[in-house]
Amino acid sequence: MIQSRSETIFQVAINICLSFMVLMVIIPIWLLIAGSFTDDSALISGGYGLFPKVFSLSAYEYLMFKSKDILNALGISFFITTTGTAASLIITPLLAYPLSRKDFTARNAVSFFVFFTMLFNGGIVPSYMMWTQFFKIKNTVWALMIPNLLMNGFSVIMMKNYFAQNIPAELIEAAKIDGGGEFYIFYKVVLPLSLPIMATIGLLTAIGFWNDWTNGLYYVNDSRFFSLQNLLNRILTNVQFLASSTEISQRAVNMKLPSVSIRMAIAVVGVTPIMALYPFFQKYFVKGITIGAVKG
Amino acid sequence: MADGSKTIWKRQIPLFLMIVPGCLYLIVNNYAPMFGVFIAFKNIDYAKGIFKSDWVGFSNFTYLFKTADAFVITRNTVLYNLAFIVIGTVTGIAVGIMLSELRGSVKLKFYQTVLLLPYLLSWVIVAYIGYAFMSSDIGLLNNAILPALGLKPISWYADYKVWPFILTAVNLWKGIGYSSVLYLSTIIGIDKNLYEAAQIDGASKWRQIKNITLPMLKPMVIMLVILNVGRIFNSDFGLFYQLPMNSGALYPTTQTIDTYVYRGLMQLNDVSMSAAAGLYQSVVGFVMVIAANAFVRKVSSENVLF
Repeated sequence: MIQSRSETIFQVAINICLSFMVLMVIIPIWLLIAGSFTDDSALISGGYGLFPKVFSLSAYEYLMFKSKDILNALGISFFITTTGTAASLIITPLLAYPLSRKDFTARNAVSFFVFFTMLFNGGIVPSYMMWTQFFKIKNTVWALMIPNLLMNGFSVIMMKNYFAQNIPAELIEAAKIDGGGEFYIFYKVVLPLSLPIMATIGLLTAIGFWNDWTNGLYYVNDSRFFSLQNLLNRILTNVQFLASSTEISQRAVNMKLPSVSIRMAIAVVGVTPIMALYPFFQKYFVKGITIGAVKG
Repeated sequence: MADGSKTIWKRQIPLFLMIVPGCLYLIVNNYAPMFGVFIAFKNIDYAKGIFKSDWVGFSNFTYLFKTADAFVITRNTVLYNLAFIVIGTVTGIAVGIMLSELRGSVKLKFYQTVLLLPYLLSWVIVAYIGYAFMSSDIGLLNNAILPALGLKPISWYADYKVWPFILTAVNLWKGIGYSSVLYLSTIIGIDKNLYEAAQIDGASKWRQIKNITLPMLKPMVIMLVILNVGRIFNSDFGLFYQLPMNSGALYPTTQTIDTYVYRGLMQLNDVSMSAAAGLYQSVVGFVMVIAANAFVRKVSSENVLF
C-alpha cells in the first residue's frame, strides 16, 4: 500500500512531538549525570551545564574509597529492598490465593476486609503514634521496611484477579484428587503458573522499597540507619538550611556538606540500579500499569 | 448437614492459615490506625501518654478551622488536583493516541520506555534535579537559560508565585508516561475493523481519531477522572514537600493537607492539630470516593468500582 502524503506528514508530526517530549525527559536527568562528572570548583564558579566544563571523576572516587556513610546507606537500601520484596512476595500471594478460590467460605468477607483499606485510612498521626509508642520501631531498620510498604490492598486484589482468571479450577481439583494438600497445591501448581504476576508485583514493590524516603523521614533520625534516599534527603535539607541562614553558624560548619558534584554523584548512584535493570523489566512494568488500571 | 459443613471448615483450615500473615499485617498497619483517630479528639500530652491525655471534644477542629491555614491547605490541595486532572488527562490521551499511531514497534518501545523514566525516580532525586535547575546561584535557569533569553534571574525558592506552574509542570513530567501507557492500552484494545471500514469510506486520520478513538476512550476517561476526583483531598507528599525543599517562603502555594499534617506532627510538635487535619482529610476523602462511585453507578454502571 502506498503511503499517502497526508499520512507521511502525520507520521513526521507525531515523531517530532514525541521526540520533543523525549528531550524534555532526558535533559533534566542528563543534567544530574553531567553534574556528577564535573569538577567541583568548575561547578561552583560556572554553574550547572549540560556538558561538564571540566571533566572529573573525583566525586565517584570519593564515593568509592572515602565515604563510609554512603556505602552503609547503599547497603541498607539493598537490604530493605531485597528482604522487603521477598517478604511481600510471600504474604501477598498467600492472602490473594484463597480469595481467588470460589469455594473458600470467607471469600467475600475477607475480600471486603482487604478492599476497605483502599477506601479509608486513619491518617499518618495515629500510625506514627502506634509504630513509635507501641511497637517502638523508631531508629531501627524495620522502620524502613514494615510501615505501609510490605503489602497493600491494591496488589492483593491484582493478584487475586490474576489467580481467578489464569488458574483453572479443574486443575486445582485434579491436584486435590491426586492427594495434594492445599499448601502443596499452592506451591507446586499455583505459583509456577503465576510467574508473570509475581514478577510484576515484585517489581512494583521493589521500586517502592528502593525509592522510599517517607518512612525514614518519620521514623529514622539516626544516620546509621539511613537508606540512600534518606541520606540524600538529609543532605538536601542541610543545603536548604545553609541557603536560608544568613550567618554561617557553628551548626552549619559542623554539617560538613559534601561538595556539589559529590551530591550529584550520590543521586546518580541512587538511580543507577533502577536504570540498569529497567530495560529488562520494562515489559513487566508496562504490564503492571495496564492491569492495575482494570478495576479491582 | 451439620456434619457436612464441619468437614468443609476442616478442609479449609489450610486456606485460613494462608491468609493469617496478610490479615495480621492489614490489622496492624491499616485497621489499628483507623481506631487511633480518637487522637484528634484529645489534647496529646506525651507525659501523660496517648490514652491518658485529656479529651477535648471537637475543639482541635474548631481551632483548626479558625486558622487561615485550613482554607489555604484545602484550596491548594483541591485546586492542584483539578489542574492535574485536566492537564494530565488531556496530555495523556494526546500522547497515548500519538503512540498508538506510530509505525513500527521499535519506535513505540523506545518512546514508551523513555517517557516512563521519570515515573521510576524517587521524589528526592527529582528534588535534586529541580535544585540543579533552580538553585539561585549555580542553577541552569539563572545561570544559562534566563540570561540567554535576556531575562533577570529569579530567586526560585523564595518566590511563591512561580510555584503553581513549576508543580504542575513537574507533576506532568513525572506522570505523562504512566497515563499515556494507560490510554494506549485501551486504544490497542479497539477493534481494528472499525478503522479499516473508516479508511474504505475515505475518512481522514483526524476524523478517525475524532469519531472512533475518542468515543472508545470515553469510558476509561470517565472512570479515571472520577477515581481522581475521589482522591481530590489527597496530595502527593513528595511533590509538595521535596520539590520546594520544604522552603517556608513558598508555603502560600505549596502547602497542602499532607505537608501540613507532616509539619504539625514532626516539626511543630502540634500533634492534636495535625491529627485533626489528618482526620478531616480521611473523612472528606472517604465521602468523595463513595460519592464518586455512586456517580459512576448512575452514568455507566459497568465501570463501577464497588
